[in-house]
Amino acid sequence: MYPIDTSRTDLAREFKKNPFGPHSAELQRILNRMRWEPLKGKFVLVCTKPHKEWILAELPGERGKPITMHHDQVFTSLADAEWVVFKRRWKRITGQELAVD
Amino acid sequence: MQTKTIVGYADQIVIAPGETIAFKVSCEPGVADYRARIVRVVCGDDQPAGPGLKLEPFPAPAEDTHKARHQPIRTGSWISVRAGPALARLESVTVQAMIWPTTVAKGWQGLLGWWSEPRECGFGLFIDDKGQLLFAIGDGKGKPALLVSGKKLVDRAWYLVAGSYDAATGQTTLIQEPVECFPHVDDAATVCATVAKNYVGRPDAPFSFATILTEQGGGAVTAGAMFNGKIDAARVANRALDRAEIERLRDDPAAPSLRAAVVAAWDFARDMAGDRIVDTSTNRLHGTVVNTPTRAMRGWAWTGASGDWRQRPDHYGAIHFHDDDLDDAGWATDFTFTAPQGLRSGFYAALVETEGAEDSIPFFVRPPRGQATAKLLFLVPTASYLAYANFREALDSENAEVMTNALSIIGADMMYLNDHPEVGLSMYDLHTDRSGVAYSSRLRPILNMRLKGPLWQYAADTHVTEWLEAKGIAYDVVTDEDLHAEGVDLLQRYTCVMTGTHPEYYSTPMLDAVEAYIHRGGRFIYTGANGFYWRVAFHPDRPGIMEMRRAEDGSRSWIAEPGEYHMSFTGELGGLWQRSGRAPQKLVGTGFIAQGFDMSSYYVRKPGSFDPRAAWIFEGVGKDERIGDFGLIGGAAAGLELDYVDRKHGTPPHTLLLASSENHTDSFMIVNEEIGHNYPTTLGRDHPNARADMVFFEMAGGGAVFSTSSIAWAGSLAHKGHANNVSRITENVVRRFLDPKPFAGA
Repeated sequence: MYPIDTSRTDLAREFKKNPFGPHSAELQRILNRMRWEPLKGKFVLVCTKPHKEWILAELPGERGKPITMHHDQVFTSLADAEWVVFKRRWKRITGQELAVD
Repeated sequence: MQTKTIVGYADQIVIAPGETIAFKVSCEPGVADYRARIVRVVCGDDQPAGPGLKLEPFPAPAEDTHKARHQPIRTGSWISVRAGPALARLESVTVQAMIWPTTVAKGWQGLLGWWSEPRECGFGLFIDDKGQLLFAIGDGKGKPALLVSGKKLVDRAWYLVAGSYDAATGQTTLIQEPVECFPHVDDAATVCATVAKNYVGRPDAPFSFATILTEQGGGAVTAGAMFNGKIDAARVANRALDRAEIERLRDDPAAPSLRAAVVAAWDFARDMAGDRIVDTSTNRLHGTVVNTPTRAMRGWAWTGASGDWRQRPDHYGAIHFHDDDLDDAGWATDFTFTAPQGLRSGFYAALVETEGAEDSIPFFVRPPRGQATAKLLFLVPTASYLAYANFREALDSENAEVMTNALSIIGADMMYLNDHPEVGLSMYDLHTDRSGVAYSSRLRPILNMRLKGPLWQYAADTHVTEWLEAKGIAYDVVTDEDLHAEGVDLLQRYTCVMTGTHPEYYSTPMLDAVEAYIHRGGRFIYTGANGFYWRVAFHPDRPGIMEMRRAEDGSRSWIAEPGEYHMSFTGELGGLWQRSGRAPQKLVGTGFIAQGFDMSSYYVRKPGSFDPRAAWIFEGVGKDERIGDFGLIGGAAAGLELDYVDRKHGTPPHTLLLASSENHTDSFMIVNEEIGHNYPTTLGRDHPNARADMVFFEMAGGGAVFSTSSIAWAGSLAHKGHANNVSRITENVVRRFLDPKPFAGA
């Protein structure tokens, strides 16, 4: 597994600035690790208003089970959603808060 | 958030004027009624940056209101055998089969027997809630006699399973015998008991495989406790056979010593293509499969001597059942539409709307049968729509997000798929038991073949129709099903034929037809990429049901088991057309080379675009102009999946390479069928072949081919009010291809 070096906040800033890429090779490796989560609990966005509004959600990882919605995490920009998920995954994997706003 | 409370499908996907299509609709409980209307679809993509949703209202019939009802779907494949006198005469019995379970831990599963709930009547073999073989006998009055193996079965292992009962003595035996024994695995059992005499009852239900039937009165039954796994060599005898006789009956049901005992001996390798299963005994207890379980599967006797069931049918006696198989939702019709004479050919849809929810049911209107009403034909790739039908990628694949390099987005349609897995699977999905899905059907709601749907297949193809309408170019449409049924005659009515953006799945008759058209003077525009890739077959009797095998090579979401590459519907070798010697390069000059799902890129002109044979294609396009550095799909015209030229695969030697895309991201990777062994430079930024090659070539008979070689191409057509170089190149080609004037030197 590609390690995430918590001192490399420069890579986090790179992602925040340009969430849809293309990314530097080092950032892409981090993203590959973050995005290759197991299905159970994997972050997705549920579209609530077509092309306008999305809610953070987690996959059940099992057919027939409901998607878990985070109704307090509503986005009107896909870039904002990517950044919130990036920060959550950073913490999930490294155990440390990402000290970048 | 909008919750989808209404869905539907149609009995057909294409009709001609004068013909009628029937729509079947289901609403969630609580919905009182819904409105329905028919529209002509010009553009099915509603994203704000695009040309917008363009629907033309259809004058008649006017919008109508219908009473809502809920129509359920029952998934799971099984076999029904009408019980004849031979079964009704049974007092003593032996029932036996070879089985290969795949979800032992699932809970109760029916294997085979003449048994019904809730009366607990008849006889049958089951897997119980502890994963053990169970043999049941019941007269429908008292408590059933149950013998349990006491040993848990192992997934994906073959077993001889049998239950025998002597009505005169009550002597009952259960056998659970693995074909292969492993140290530390205790899964063999023979259990004997003496139970009540004369205890075999006679259910009203049929004899069944892979389910437990519940009688609903009036002869109706519901199927439950669906089995996952294979059944082979199923037999019934009219007395309690001993162990040696059970083996003999399995291996030689025509053995003289068993002649008086055999009641049924099914051979699933007979009549492989259809829905019938054959009993080789004189009782002819033939059956019918329900929900298309997978046939032409390796049986317990398979050795690897042949991979073709037509050569060794005795090796392919197994049927693989799945609890999530579905071939026809079987809903009742809610309303119909008869296409009036003179109705313009094109994309159409029934829109159904209720409070806060809507659905669209696409269909196509072809010109009157035997006629063309335009010089240009748009060939709608409905076989490919079918392959992707209800693809659960964002829900079921760990890879979805790494492939798109962005968070997966779940819209109302995908949410419905999550909440209603009973609408069935695509050919990209896995069954409950992780085996691949080999069949798809359009006789069910298809949540990703929808207006406002993902820009993949259906909705993306409406970028082509939107452009044709904007340019005032008259066109007819026909579907892959028409092409499969009618062949090259259908195409030869047209001066020029255009494909959709991703015509990936082709049956042999379809490929033969396109090939013949190109060789007989047809002008062919391949408006996409990764086309003519997988070989498929259609059900011989039931249109709208299709088969494929993800055989030994190709970009595969699942991989077929060894020996299971030949399709049940035709016996043909499934898998890549390339592997049958008919690579797409032979047909259209280019074939699949790379895919990536984040950002698209642009093309640059190559020397071939300045050759007098093709310079007219670039009229109005600058020498150094980047082509398609804009668009709705990944921001440019070369994206998603890309094709390239390769003489080794059959690109005609006189093909002109007009332009190639470049500067793709590392999400674009060389497809594995082009890689002998893997290496670190197969990514877009490293590998020179990660590109789309735009090509043109003429054919001896006056035909010509133009290939864009990118799925994203059509997403750039509408940019700046259709005034852009992708639109210009496409228009130059279409207008020249519609001109019957021969090409120079051809």
